[in-house]
Amino acid sequence: MSAALRPYAAAFRARFLLMLQYRVAALAGFATQCWWGAIKIMVYAAFYESAGAAAPISLPNIVTYTWLGQAFLALLPWLADPEVGASIRTGGVGYDRLRPIDAYGYWYARTLGWIAARALPRAVLMLLAAGVVLPLVGLEAWAWQPPAGPEAVALFVPAFVLMILLAVAVLMLANVVVAASLNERGVNAILMPTVVVFSGSLVPLDFFPDAMRPFLHLQPLAGLVDIPFRIYFADLRGAAALQGLALQAGWIVVLVALGRVAMARMMRHLEMQGG
Amino acid sequence: MPQILVEGLAKSYRVAERAPGLGGAVRGLFRRRWREVKALVDLSFSLEAGELLAFIGPNGAGKSTTVKILSGILRPTSGRVEVGGLVPYEDRLRHVARIGVVFGQRSQLWWDLPVLDGFDLLADIYRVPPDRYRARRDELVAMLRLEPLLAQPVRQLSLGQRMRAEFAAALLHDPEVLFLDEPTIGLDAPAKLAVREFVKRLNRERGVTVLLTTHDMHDVEALAERVIVIGQGRLLADSSLDALRAGVFAERRLWVDFTEEAPALDIPGVQVRARTGRSLELAFDPAKIPAAQLIASIAAAHAVEDIHVDEPAIEEVIARFYDLHDSSEA
Repeated sequence: MSAALRPYAAAFRARFLLMLQYRVAALAGFATQCWWGAIKIMVYAAFYESAGAAAPISLPNIVTYTWLGQAFLALLPWLADPEVGASIRTGGVGYDRLRPIDAYGYWYARTLGWIAARALPRAVLMLLAAGVVLPLVGLEAWAWQPPAGPEAVALFVPAFVLMILLAVAVLMLANVVVAASLNERGVNAILMPTVVVFSGSLVPLDFFPDAMRPFLHLQPLAGLVDIPFRIYFADLRGAAALQGLALQAGWIVVLVALGRVAMARMMRHLEMQGG
Repeated sequence: MPQILVEGLAKSYRVAERAPGLGGAVRGLFRRRWREVKALVDLSFSLEAGELLAFIGPNGAGKSTTVKILSGILRPTSGRVEVGGLVPYEDRLRHVARIGVVFGQRSQLWWDLPVLDGFDLLADIYRVPPDRYRARRDELVAMLRLEPLLAQPVRQLSLGQRMRAEFAAALLHDPEVLFLDEPTIGLDAPAKLAVREFVKRLNRERGVTVLLTTHDMHDVEALAERVIVIGQGRLLADSSLDALRAGVFAERRLWVDFTEEAPALDIPGVQVRARTGRSLELAFDPAKIPAAQLIASIAAAHAVEDIHVDEPAIEEVIARFYDLHDSSEA
């Protein structure tokens, strides 16, 4: 491993390994997401039965879209990193300032470790349940389908990586606001509905009215769900898929730059009081 | 060039204030009143490499603020600070790589991870080369007797054990300067002794410059040749402990046990501080009446069983010092 990345890899590892220990939380999350996924699919089924012809995405694809969304729900940036709020309140952030590494990179690596560790067990369980068990019990039609083909795989892998990096870039902005306001409730209350709607987690963005779509497909949160998942079943392919990747990458650059500026400002004003 | 240079350091915090009660809370919604708290008003001192300096002062005097500024966590309102030629809050990354910090009331180890894992992570974060890290770690583990604790999660350690681990954690990257903010707070007597012994060795044998803040005067007596007293953000004294004591208390104490009921003594320059049965506690100024002369004159006039001279306890010296400077916390 390159020496430059060693501290950040350590920060990621510490958080990732620690979070992986929370098995009960992972099982509970998995159970909730199975239940919620099943309900969403039933709603879609009813909707497609009455208006299927008008739907922009086929039913098997929307089923896969739903299972993907449930599997990677923990990767959505809808909660600021609780460790940031805690370290601000306890003053532990003081020790963060004593580490000879880039402050943004340090938090970024930790938050990445946090969401990755939360998502990994849930995603594996979901893949087993929706991708393996459902076909085996004869519910093939309601199962998580494999990617559309080699091209879809080749495009989905980078889209998936970018989706995670983008999610952490969004969370870093939330983290900075938490640190500046000393409380995560306000941030989370705004973040959660915004992310769920604008990422396409609630419904794919093409289900929204035509007038809204140009905006929806350009805003940063589209890169969290809508773009990578549509690449997965080749609803986005070729040039459109590459455009999607570029959009994800561009927003990562913008959000990271914003986050760095905001964090530097916040840190300058941060005052650690008391003995 | 001194290793630590502080000139005219000032730091104020802005704190929101509101009148108590519902009325105050409602008014606070519309107009917020700010009050400026001056933690440091004007502080100057310098410290040479290899020195060990104790910072004392009442609660709220500005000790922790000073340590936080010196370690680069806080930015001062005005004044000049240099540590090893670097301005801590301007050149944070280079500065913090060369210092170690222990806050007695906080932990820098990972609460849920075994001690050894925490050390490994810190070595990565400070980019300590692996072979240097292993040698350094083994040395610290031996000095601080950490061997049996290495596999335990930090949350399971007692405070004394944890502080030993914290010291090792702060020193893995071999810092030139060590800042200790109340390192013995809450420790039992053996743990305090262990911490003092360790700090002393570090300073003497390795030449690490140490700046510590404390309320425990025994820390100061055991460790520091030099003491800085601050109160209300200003320097009150910068001297050796003995000079401080001499400056505050010219007087010394004489305890006398008589063979019978303690007599009424009337010697010029001598005060009777306490009388219990056959014993007297006397206060005297050695400049006016030397101890030998006082003892001789008492022994000549009365039958004396036991006698000893002592200095006022260090706590008393400091409390008196704060009073003299009117700097106890309001």
